[in-house]
Amino acid sequence: MVTEAASRPPHDLPGLDPRFSRVTAVPGSGVDAGLTRDWHYLDNGDELARLGVPIAGTILAVHGNPTWSYYWRELLTQTLQAAEDGAAADDASAAAAPAWRVIAVDQLDMGFSERTGIHRPLAQRVADLTAFTEALSLDGPVISLGHDWGGVVSLGWAVDHAEQLTGVMLLNTAVHHETGKPIPAPLRLARARGMLAASTVRTPAFLETTLALTSEPLDPAVKDAYRAPYRTAARRGGIGGFVADIPVDSSHESFSELDRIATAVAQLDLPALMLWGPRDPIFSDYYLDDLIERLPHANVHRFEGAGHLVAEDVPYADFVLTWLGDNAASLASPGSDSAPASPSPREAIAAASATSDDSSFVPLWHNLDKRADDTATAVIDMSTRGNRGPQQVSWRQLSDRVNRIAAGLTAIGVRKGQRVSLLVPPGPTLTAVVYACLRIGAVIVVADAGLGVKGLTRAVRGSWPDFVIGEAPGLIAARTLGWPGVRISTAQLPKVSAATLGVSYSLRDLITLGANTPLPAEPRSGDDAAILFTSGSTGPAKGVVYRHGQLSALRDVLASHFEVTSDTGLVTGFAPFALLGPALGTRSVTPEMDVSAPRTLTARAVAAAVEASGASMVFLSPAAILNVVATAGDLTSNDRSELERVRSFLSTGAPIGSELLASVGTIMPNATAHSPYGMTECLLVTDITLDGIRAAAGGANTGVCVGKPIGENQLRISALDEHGAATGSPSTEPGVLGEIVVSAPHLKDHYDRLWLTDREAARETTVETDAVGSAAASDATDAPAAPAARWHRTGDVGHLDELGRLWVEGRLPHVIVTSTGPIAPVGAEQDVESVAAVRRAAVVGVGPHQLRQAVAVVETVSPTRRPGLASPELTAAVRESTTLPLVAVLAVPELPTDIRHNSKIDRSRLSVWAERLLAGGKPTAP
Amino acid sequence: MIVLVTGASGFLGRAVAAEAVAAGHDVRTLQRRPSGVDGVTDFLGSITDPDHVATAMEGVEGVIHLAAKVSLAGDPHAFHTVNVEGTQLVLAAAEAAGVSRFVQVSSPSVAHSGSALAGVGAEPASPEHARSEYARTKATAELLALASDSDRMHVVAIRPHLVWGPGDTQLVGRIVDRARRGRLPLLNGGTALIDTTYIDNAASGIVAALHRADTAHGKAYVLTNGEPRPVADILAGICLASGVQPPRWSIPAAVGRTAGSLVERVWAVRPGADEPPMTRFLAEQLSTAHWFDQRDIREALDWSPAVSIDEGLHRLSRHEQ
Repeated sequence: MVTEAASRPPHDLPGLDPRFSRVTAVPGSGVDAGLTRDWHYLDNGDELARLGVPIAGTILAVHGNPTWSYYWRELLTQTLQAAEDGAAADDASAAAAPAWRVIAVDQLDMGFSERTGIHRPLAQRVADLTAFTEALSLDGPVISLGHDWGGVVSLGWAVDHAEQLTGVMLLNTAVHHETGKPIPAPLRLARARGMLAASTVRTPAFLETTLALTSEPLDPAVKDAYRAPYRTAARRGGIGGFVADIPVDSSHESFSELDRIATAVAQLDLPALMLWGPRDPIFSDYYLDDLIERLPHANVHRFEGAGHLVAEDVPYADFVLTWLGDNAASLASPGSDSAPASPSPREAIAAASATSDDSSFVPLWHNLDKRADDTATAVIDMSTRGNRGPQQVSWRQLSDRVNRIAAGLTAIGVRKGQRVSLLVPPGPTLTAVVYACLRIGAVIVVADAGLGVKGLTRAVRGSWPDFVIGEAPGLIAARTLGWPGVRISTAQLPKVSAATLGVSYSLRDLITLGANTPLPAEPRSGDDAAILFTSGSTGPAKGVVYRHGQLSALRDVLASHFEVTSDTGLVTGFAPFALLGPALGTRSVTPEMDVSAPRTLTARAVAAAVEASGASMVFLSPAAILNVVATAGDLTSNDRSELERVRSFLSTGAPIGSELLASVGTIMPNATAHSPYGMTECLLVTDITLDGIRAAAGGANTGVCVGKPIGENQLRISALDEHGAATGSPSTEPGVLGEIVVSAPHLKDHYDRLWLTDREAARETTVETDAVGSAAASDATDAPAAPAARWHRTGDVGHLDELGRLWVEGRLPHVIVTSTGPIAPVGAEQDVESVAAVRRAAVVGVGPHQLRQAVAVVETVSPTRRPGLASPELTAAVRESTTLPLVAVLAVPELPTDIRHNSKIDRSRLSVWAERLLAGGKPTAP
Repeated sequence: MIVLVTGASGFLGRAVAAEAVAAGHDVRTLQRRPSGVDGVTDFLGSITDPDHVATAMEGVEGVIHLAAKVSLAGDPHAFHTVNVEGTQLVLAAAEAAGVSRFVQVSSPSVAHSGSALAGVGAEPASPEHARSEYARTKATAELLALASDSDRMHVVAIRPHLVWGPGDTQLVGRIVDRARRGRLPLLNGGTALIDTTYIDNAASGIVAALHRADTAHGKAYVLTNGEPRPVADILAGICLASGVQPPRWSIPAAVGRTAGSLVERVWAVRPGADEPPMTRFLAEQLSTAHWFDQRDIREALDWSPAVSIDEGLHRLSRHEQ
């Protein structure tokens, strides 16, 4: 390899402030002992000193291969900017907020640092970094920050400097690679004999490939800046050196150093942040999962769609500053004894899972244990797939099955906290598997087919399950789409198929293997139980994590509010509720339908399910209701008399109109129709009956009345400001339009690997608890003190009325910010839907922020063939129907909706479409 | 105050003069033909004649300058003489007469480069980017007027957008006439959102500019009803109010623009009595969005439109019957 002195980057690189560039001589260590090496690095310390702001500490940032300190330019600029803003704002006050100094090195042989010409394995690189910080006499608190292999080097420095380390931050990196597992294919290729030098050094192929790993192509000028230190083969020696230093197996010279770092990282008890771009062919979710296991207390955000160069894909510097602010106290003081009152990050998560109310915790499988000898029917599956008739399973059979599968899962190594993805349609098998997983503390990942293949793939990859249990179609998808996890088939597959699908076990295998395995201790109420997914109608589907206590609370609120007893019996094809039958101790039945398409459910199928089970409670999603009502004409007189026994009917998934709800009443004449309001994060928030909806109609309120909070639930409204942002302090004041904020015992715990989303959902929600609720708690003298209420911003907007009823008026991103203030769409949509010729309507905005104009987009009763302006007559009728000024009325053949419910209109997409059309664009379908 | 309104025999000019009278001003008008407005003193003459202008300007305190050659096509020289040189003359005479308030009535087309405009403010006038002779000369005139803004004479430029109403021969007359002859196509289905201005609102806004010139001066403001509508909606509304079948045929916008520029060239060689059926400028006006941010003008003039589009169409329909 060639040697060359350190130099300075050009002065005009985009986004890089040349004032930050430094070169310093560092006495070498290890192979460099006795030598001096010149390092190039970026440092905003002098500029901060010039401002005179106090310094909280230093962020030591280490780039990966083949980038350089340029990768961190935005963080240097923004920390300085924040300090400048703070200094300007705090002129009058005594003390400005402390700032973080950022030092970003160019590792030796990389960037503009010296080309040493000497092979530098990992241990040498870690020693190099220590030599550098010693030469700078870096003292005070330090947070390490690293990306790619720089993440490993930064962590190596971190574990060696416990006395001054206060936190670690990581972007797409890895510290451990399972022995025997091949390294990612692109790296295998780059390392292949004869390829290494050609791909990494002689040609810029490795560099160019890395620069292409962003979601949007990099600005050519930025790309050029990344290339600047690597123009010639002589300057690219370090790139090849790094690739050669990847420890592929335990015989590699750097394996032991990597192992040392990985082990030590798992002992770090400091704030940790991980920002991850999952579209990375090298540092995939596999490595993220490993890092989370080592640092379970870390704040993790996975940016769906972002790539390896995550710092170029998302405004990471903003997020880093946010995190620094959140953790300011502990990051500024090294050593655990400085703040003895507050628990360490690891203690905090341990405390959260060991909640104190375990005494009152009744696990979901309680009734299965209680009725283990009961031969009455517990679960019925009406589906006739594969030429078989309806299946009936007794409590005894179910309880036995659950215990055997639980033992089998334990036998093959499924442990508490590990994730099991379930690709099984609702029915007795899914029910048994779910309760088996819950019993042993495995976390079930329930992603339904309603997300579509793309959404499902994202959901499964993002949650990174350790095991996958599925039927053949799910397993084929898992195989083809490269989903992670050990695969378990529900059916016994021929050896060849099992091998093709990469299936390791069948459920029958598990039962055999677990014959003599005792069940592990039961999980506690604070342990994670399940991950459900949002519908993804407003962006990528989000994983929502529930703990056991929260699922039990959901069961309890359902039982008490709807008076479910062991005699009730449930008919439901709607996933979350379909699984609760055994927990509620009542019989449950899945009607015959394509569970991934609720609109395939017929009225006769519902009647057959009621007949088979004697159920008196029916749950249906809005799309299913539409079809049940549409097929009511096929009902026989026997069907009708069966349906007369139904006592309550629930529309679950999305609010529906009173007319549709009433038409169900003609099919189930003795049923009270309920339309509860909820979301994946809190499945039951409020409830209203058909009579309640009728009573609410005709008043001055706009939106959909969804009734009052159920059980102990509490509601608040965070008012919208003139920008349409929910900045108002959450309150119960009636008539105020704002974001709906909810608290409930069965509220989700958190979002999975979405730290920023979690933060936003809980933003400014420290509000007072209802006086009624706290009074009730203090009345029960022997009850433990109620824990602080957990609140969740729903992203829905609406208002409370004088009677405390909630009116939902749309989604926060769909609010139209006009020059006279924010307007929620649902009220006007209901007005427009009152026009006889209109079947369904969406009201969306066009134009710039704060000047947006409202447009009605309608689906007409006699369908429009081509999208475009509505006729003058319809336009006039629609305008007359509402007080909201509408600049245009557009008619379309079909409004775009989500797959899962077929009811949530994609207003964001419609808005973009309407804006293009109304700017004079060609009329296309939305 | 003594107010001079130039071009008061036109559709907008008459309404402005009447509005100024109603506001209690002593109103004079200057144009070639009698204004026909009650309560004004007509000075008959041309704004291109320095003597006519000087005579009309004597003792005047406020000027509303509307006189202009308005057309979609025609001889470039004629536009320049009236719109640029005429405005220069009126400005010079006003300064000489000690006028303290001057309202230049301009057009949003002075800053329209042909692309879609959605919710924009009054961008600076730009003769070099103007898309027609009319727009080019009006842009130059507005720049001249605003350059004359001083402590002694406060100048405001008001750009009313697509003014219409009962008795309008320019916009309403042509639309109805072409629709009747089947020569009014919609471009891309007529979906582009455009702002228009009902005549009474244009007049009250321009007089409000005269009243607020002391605080609002030195700037141009676009004036509209603040109710953008798709082109086809407006055309249909005007046609229906006038008892004519609205246009039902649509052509792709690109075809309209090409046809427009071809026709313009042929028309230049062989000018006829009528306007060409489609000019490139008109094609752009009818196929791209142009609606405006009205917050500034409403605040600066402490004014808002009193007549909605629906009410305006209702009045138009009553007038036509």
